[in-house]
Amino acid sequence: MDDSILFVMFPYCAVILAVIGGVYRYYADRFSYSSLSSQLLENRTLFWGAIPWHYGIVPVLLAHLAALIVPGWWGVLLGDPIRLAVLELAGMSLGFMALAGIVILIARRLLHPRVRAVTSVMDWLLTALLLLQVSLGVHIAFTYRWGSLWYHHTAVPWLRSLATLLPDAAPIVHLPAAVRAHMVIGFVIILLFPFTRLAHVFSFPLRYLWRPWQIVLWNRRFHPRRQKGRAGNGNHEPAP
Amino acid sequence: MKVRAQTSMVFHLDKCIGCHTCSIACKNIWTDRPGCDYMWWNNVETKPGTGYPTLWEDQEKYRGGWELRGERVRLRLHGRAKGLANIFYNPFLPSLDEYYEPWSYRYDDLTNAPPGKDQPVARPVSMITGGETKIEAGPNWDDDLGGSGIYAAGDVNLAALTEGERQQLFSLERLVFFHLPRICNHCLNPGCAAACPTGAIYKRGEDGIVLVSQEKCRAWRMCVSGCPYKKVYYNWGTGKSEKCILCYPRQETGQAPACFHSCVGRIRYLGILLYDADRIREMAARPDHELVEAQLRLILDPSNREVLAKAREDGVHEAILEAARRSPVYRFVKEWRLALPLHPGFRTLPMLFYVPPLLPVVATVERDKYDLDGDPFGDPATGRLPIRYFAALLAAGNEEPVKAAYRKLLAVRLHRRSETVGDVAPEVLERALATAGSCMGEAEDIYRLTTLAGFRERHVVPPFMREMAIEAAADPQKRKGETGTGFSRPPKRGW
Ligand code: SF4
Ligand code: SF4
Repeated sequence: MDDSILFVMFPYCAVILAVIGGVYRYYADRFSYSSLSSQLLENRTLFWGAIPWHYGIVPVLLAHLAALIVPGWWGVLLGDPIRLAVLELAGMSLGFMALAGIVILIARRLLHPRVRAVTSVMDWLLTALLLLQVSLGVHIAFTYRWGSLWYHHTAVPWLRSLATLLPDAAPIVHLPAAVRAHMVIGFVIILLFPFTRLAHVFSFPLRYLWRPWQIVLWNRRFHPRRQKGRAGNGNHEPAP
Repeated sequence: MKVRAQTSMVFHLDKCIGCHTCSIACKNIWTDRPGCDYMWWNNVETKPGTGYPTLWEDQEKYRGGWELRGERVRLRLHGRAKGLANIFYNPFLPSLDEYYEPWSYRYDDLTNAPPGKDQPVARPVSMITGGETKIEAGPNWDDDLGGSGIYAAGDVNLAALTEGERQQLFSLERLVFFHLPRICNHCLNPGCAAACPTGAIYKRGEDGIVLVSQEKCRAWRMCVSGCPYKKVYYNWGTGKSEKCILCYPRQETGQAPACFHSCVGRIRYLGILLYDADRIREMAARPDHELVEAQLRLILDPSNREVLAKAREDGVHEAILEAARRSPVYRFVKEWRLALPLHPGFRTLPMLFYVPPLLPVVATVERDKYDLDGDPFGDPATGRLPIRYFAALLAAGNEEPVKAAYRKLLAVRLHRRSETVGDVAPEVLERALATAGSCMGEAEDIYRLTTLAGFRERHVVPPFMREMAIEAAADPQKRKGETGTGFSRPPKRGW
């Protein structure tokens, strides 16, 4: 397929659709935002799946993002061979952790009847895609060594060119097929964010670090100190 | 001082007959939906027993509520950073098996079975998977001491007794039990709200009802662990936590909560308490033996002028203040000190109170003969459930408030016996009243509110005038084009 379709048009479409879908869902169906945890239904296997999965995939994703957002610092970080080796090793082991995690999570969904009962078609699609994506990632990390380095010189300029609206797929057209597939699937997953339970990533409650322990809300308008507040719900009172 | 109002309940345990009508009323109205099938916002437990979910009182296992660290309380479950770190897997979440797997029966089989040699049977099916299931537990598995060798013996509060006392408890002639109806306590220092990373759980300013915002809940399920009473439940269908809402939609139109309304024993009293919101953290951090007293100190006198003036300034509505003055809960809890909070040791400052049951304490066996007029403070070898058990249950181990309540209950009983049967010597009655720190007038009041009170005396909560709160008092232009006053979408599972 034409590179400009896959690596220029498609990424833009995916991001635009994801943003529109996410905003629409947030305002039209906020009730549906949930991580849809199934821990209540099955507690033991989840531990061996969810923990390696999340603690593996989150740092790896953050590293992908960091290289993209602050390429300068990333370059400095890679400048020293020891740091590079540490980074490479950490990335590989985290990737493996995530892979093991998602395999266990999928097996759990398949084998545990209660969890299977609450798994939707979208869940299957999503987990299958994630499995494919992580396997590709691990495969790439092992076949094309020093990924943190060449990612910096290929994918980063491409993604930055997309972000600055001066799209240029040239830096990546000659990459091996596995890497290019990894990129396309990445954007498919971005596209799916608002349409699946992946939306829960955006509700990570960082605010917990500082919010008051108790939240008190008033419905009433006649609360004298709050006369000026909005009508209806949402009149906050600072907790003791 | 910051005055807030709290809708609060008293349960008179001597009157509970363990009929579970309350649970059924609640289930029919609120939790008769897929995903909620295993939830009992109101449940009635047999005590001694392990309850529902199994061993909920064991906070070593479930980590609910707050613990004392020096001068302050902190969540037993997690600090803030740990709460976020555990978000992918909550190590202390009870699994469904600790509640029970909800089931139904294949009733169709009874009528549709082809002709055969055997009677058709309706097989049990899981309400989650739809497949056949083996019923292994239920919400009242140990009802009326069923299987007491396992369940009653596992009761956490029995740790307060000696080995000998525990042995005695389970000898056949001494078997004793009572019922403990439980709903969410709508605590002043709710562990559920503090544990929720998103902050989806809030307390309503007007009446103190604790609610889970269904739009904000993201299924981090920390509230389930944070509540030491296990009264927040995770809806496995919608991926949202749910809990007792104290029937606020009914209350807002002047009706009593469903459990209250249907209560066959009329054991429930609903009223307003005013409390000082500025001292919550301080009072939650008192040492164990002071906790009951500390909670009473938080509760303010609704006829005190200063309190009333401050309450008005803090936005408590006049109708609520009026109800607070006539609150049956205030009388039971603060005036008479007959009703005690359930497990104050969890430090959430629970706002439901229990009048301890007299019967399992005074009933004794002497010379192989039942005696219903035993002396609860006398020989522990003849008495049945020791006071210490109730101290563990209702006073964080402090026997004093429990004894005081029992002295008063006994005095009231003697007073009525002398009125109706007339075989109580006046000096005996006087002595009983004096040791209870009571008088004839009070005893009569207690008796009346306990036995004769009609619906209007037991339920003293003003309608909440939501129509006033939103439509009438708000600028009409402001809500133009909006619809509904709350959550009004069908509760279907998220994408
Ligand atoms: S009893 Fe109710 S208010 Fe108290 S912690 Fe539990 S759920 Fe929250
Ligand atoms: S309906 Fe009343 S008497 Fe019956 S179990 Fe419930 S609380 Fe007890």
